[in-house]
Amino acid sequence: MRRYLRLLYVQARASATIAMQYRVDFLVQGAISVFWVFIAFVPLRVVFSSKAGSVAGWSYPEALVVLGWFTLLKSVLEGAINPSLQAVIDHIRKGTLDFVLLKPVDAQFLVSTARFEPWRLTDFLASLGIFIYAFTLLGRAPTPVQLAVGLLMLGLAGLVLYSLWILVVSAAFFVVRIDNLSHLLSSIYDAGRWPIGVFTGAIRILFTYVIPLALMTTYPAMALLGTLEPVTALGALVAALAFSGAARAVWLLSLARYTSASS
Amino acid sequence: MRAALRSFPTLLRVGFADAVAYRAEFLIWILSTNMPLVMLALWSAVAREHPIGGWGQGKFAAYFLAALVVRLLTGCWAVWTMNYELRQGTLSFRLLRPVHPLLHYLAENVAAIPMRGLFALPVAAASLWILGSGELASDPWSYAIFLAAVLGAFAINFVSMTIVGCLGFFVESSLAIFQVWFGVYLLLSGYLIPLDFFPGWLREASAVLPFRFMLSFPVEVLLGRVSGGAALAWLGYQWALVAAMLALLVITWRAGLRRYSAYGG
Repeated sequence: MRRYLRLLYVQARASATIAMQYRVDFLVQGAISVFWVFIAFVPLRVVFSSKAGSVAGWSYPEALVVLGWFTLLKSVLEGAINPSLQAVIDHIRKGTLDFVLLKPVDAQFLVSTARFEPWRLTDFLASLGIFIYAFTLLGRAPTPVQLAVGLLMLGLAGLVLYSLWILVVSAAFFVVRIDNLSHLLSSIYDAGRWPIGVFTGAIRILFTYVIPLALMTTYPAMALLGTLEPVTALGALVAALAFSGAARAVWLLSLARYTSASS
Repeated sequence: MRAALRSFPTLLRVGFADAVAYRAEFLIWILSTNMPLVMLALWSAVAREHPIGGWGQGKFAAYFLAALVVRLLTGCWAVWTMNYELRQGTLSFRLLRPVHPLLHYLAENVAAIPMRGLFALPVAAASLWILGSGELASDPWSYAIFLAAVLGAFAINFVSMTIVGCLGFFVESSLAIFQVWFGVYLLLSGYLIPLDFFPGWLREASAVLPFRFMLSFPVEVLLGRVSGGAALAWLGYQWALVAAMLALLVITWRAGLRRYSAYGG
């Protein structure tokens, strides 16, 4: 365990060092992140200004809380998950995954922590701004219990997102040119900026059970707002653990079929 | 010039073969164009109880499905290709060939349109089946204008991408510039929000900016919201924009090429 923590520290430091070399990029990417938060904000503003009151039972500040979680989780997705995803896919295609597999640590851990992009911190800061704005509009603050449940939900959301990512990487063992799967993942994740209640029928089932967007952004928001049922929270906990277990199993199964690039 | 024209059909065939060869990847690209469906779900929820600004659920559905079809037909990726080739220095090989590199990119992107059409067709058919033809334009001329407008939208899309691609000759972060362009496009093209819903001054501005002619305008024509002489006038305006942007492209390309020295060369 301590060995893995030390390894994580080394990997994170290497990523930070790389990022420090490109300071202009840091500023540009930071500005772009803030710009995208603004782009995500405008449709929300227009939707709610075209109709006073609520959409699918969500008021404007409540929907803002969902947008806040969306932005926060997006910083995790683009700062910690996506960069490594690209790296593994490259490894698989070029056959250099061999070198990773030869090392005496768990391969999944090694590839998952290979690359971080620290400048996504701007997204994180932007999400804090959204939360503050939303709760100012609501005129109250979340209680410590609500905050704790919200953070637990965030942990689960991160776990599910990460598991989805492991599933995508596993697909790269079977199909060769798959770089844009991460693009697909991000485009689907984009739908998470809206409360799950606005979707109906098949799309809602898809986003609740198959690609659990509801768990990623809506449930944490409900936790923070104090409207999350304990049963739903418990269900989310079980589902997230089962999902990550399944993802781990699929990864091991796919790894067993890996035959390097040239053989 | 004549040599270029003669080579174009061959380039198209090569591009088409490429699209067929990487069909799985192609399908994933198509699937990631799912934003109009999400926006459709959202706006339907907004209009569930009663219409908003004269837009009922049926109208929103027709609008966003038409937007999806237009988006599928007019997509390009030239800016990424250009950025990649500039960074890798492989642009040098292109420059040595007798065919202009921009023509090459054009052929690559045009050749994908039939494949894109193949995916757009079921969407169009399904939406026609679900919604009926009540929301569509009734005037046959509108369909001719629609085709020309889609072509114009593709042209603006492609030319704007290659202009930003040419900026890669001058600055390192041309992809960041493209992100900003794309973000503004998302807002002002009607991709996320029908332009009708903007407040007065913004609506007037968006009506004449190029972004509308990359998506909203063909959709408006298809749904019969703009028709007859007005549609023709806007079509003329769209193609004037294409010509102006094309001139800008030629200027940036020439200026950029003068600065170009391949990496590692």
